[in-house]
Amino acid sequence: MKYIDEYRDGGLARSIAATIAREALPGRHYKFMEFCGGHTHAISRYGIEDLLPPNVEMVHGPGCPVCVLPVGRIDDAIRLALRPEVTLCTYADLMRVPASGGANLLKAKAAGADIRMIYSSMDAVLIAEAEPTRQVVFFAIGFETTTPSTALSIGLARRKRLSNFSVFCNHVLTPPAIRAILDTAALPEVERVLVDGFVGPAHVSTVIGTTPYRALAVEFEKPVVVAGFEPLDVVQAILMLVRQVNEGRNEVENQYIRAVTAEGNPIAQREITEIFEPRDTFEWRGLGSLPLSALRLRDAYAGYDAERRFTIVPEPAADNPACECGDVLRGLKKPAECKLFGTVCSPEAPMGSCMVSPEGACAAHWTYGRFRDRAKTISDRAAA
Amino acid sequence: MCLAIPIRVEALLPEHMARVTLGGVSKVVSIALVENVRVGDYVLLHVGYALTRLDPDEAERTLALMRQAAVPGLPSIRGAAA
Repeated sequence: MKYIDEYRDGGLARSIAATIAREALPGRHYKFMEFCGGHTHAISRYGIEDLLPPNVEMVHGPGCPVCVLPVGRIDDAIRLALRPEVTLCTYADLMRVPASGGANLLKAKAAGADIRMIYSSMDAVLIAEAEPTRQVVFFAIGFETTTPSTALSIGLARRKRLSNFSVFCNHVLTPPAIRAILDTAALPEVERVLVDGFVGPAHVSTVIGTTPYRALAVEFEKPVVVAGFEPLDVVQAILMLVRQVNEGRNEVENQYIRAVTAEGNPIAQREITEIFEPRDTFEWRGLGSLPLSALRLRDAYAGYDAERRFTIVPEPAADNPACECGDVLRGLKKPAECKLFGTVCSPEAPMGSCMVSPEGACAAHWTYGRFRDRAKTISDRAAA
Repeated sequence: MCLAIPIRVEALLPEHMARVTLGGVSKVVSIALVENVRVGDYVLLHVGYALTRLDPDEAERTLALMRQAAVPGLPSIRGAAA
């Protein structure tokens, strides 16, 4: 396919990786965080870590909306779906995310709740139009990439004068999450994630542009390279980061120039601002409560806000205490360092959210990376 | 979740919609977020909405930079300043 195949050329990837190996200074360790689950997935799937020299290390970031959604919000969604008048429409990614007490949306559906998997938020609006006796709630999650589509759906429901459509909004913002990773001054030393730079978001940046990362790059003196999700994009971005580190630069660079501009998409930004406003605070799995890090519906659109229509009162809910998703999301631990990984937690029966979505760090490592670990163990043993 | 796929616009439809095909499957998607979409343009499709148009010149330039980065001994080329 055009714009995909040419960016998956393995020979070219190996050659660029050889350039990285030549330019990475011996005696210096480079640790970069890829923010997005899309990058995590590409790195695992295409074995990019195998191409890199040993002193260039990638750590996974929190950019997976399914992974960072706290248990309490899934509990809220299940309670909503169990109301007899409600039809809950959701992206399939959320169906198996563990909630409190071993529940999830899939089990709630099996128990009779009207939960429907949809491809697009537009489908939820069409279901509301076709079934006027149902209260159709769209379980909205996602970073800035997905928020414009939710905004347009609310606009569509308003134009259609639908009174039975609402949105349970869990849209979150990227820059505050990057800030939370970098702003570690107040944390004890063992909890600090020290990275030398970021592979910046791909499709989030098509919406918000590259400008919002500038303040972060300057304040925390870290380079950011916005990169596409294809393997060559990631390898090229890593080379650009190595060069910035070597030259002492902390700039925002754009590798993904075929899709991303400095300003982003002004129509999408306008649609978001028209309907949503920042929440004072929002709970993230792994990162805790972050100020101004998520969106809610403005008062003018209160009629479409499921939290107000159904008076959802957040109830605190604890993660499975043995689950290390929180530390994995902050880059403090690698998936295989969690004792649940591959024992009781696998994509078939996930205990934590990072094992659910294909872009979750644990699911990506389970599907692809663990085979590399095994091969390495065998070759290490052979060498010994 | 943030995955989006490059897809060619086959036909423009009323109300900012367009017909696209991928792997033989035809689908109607929204192009309300992108201005002046034309038949033949490639857009990035995410949950039924086009997010942006792909720039063919910048795509070519990216591949050229990648090929350059793959050649030993060439001076360091700085990426596009954002």
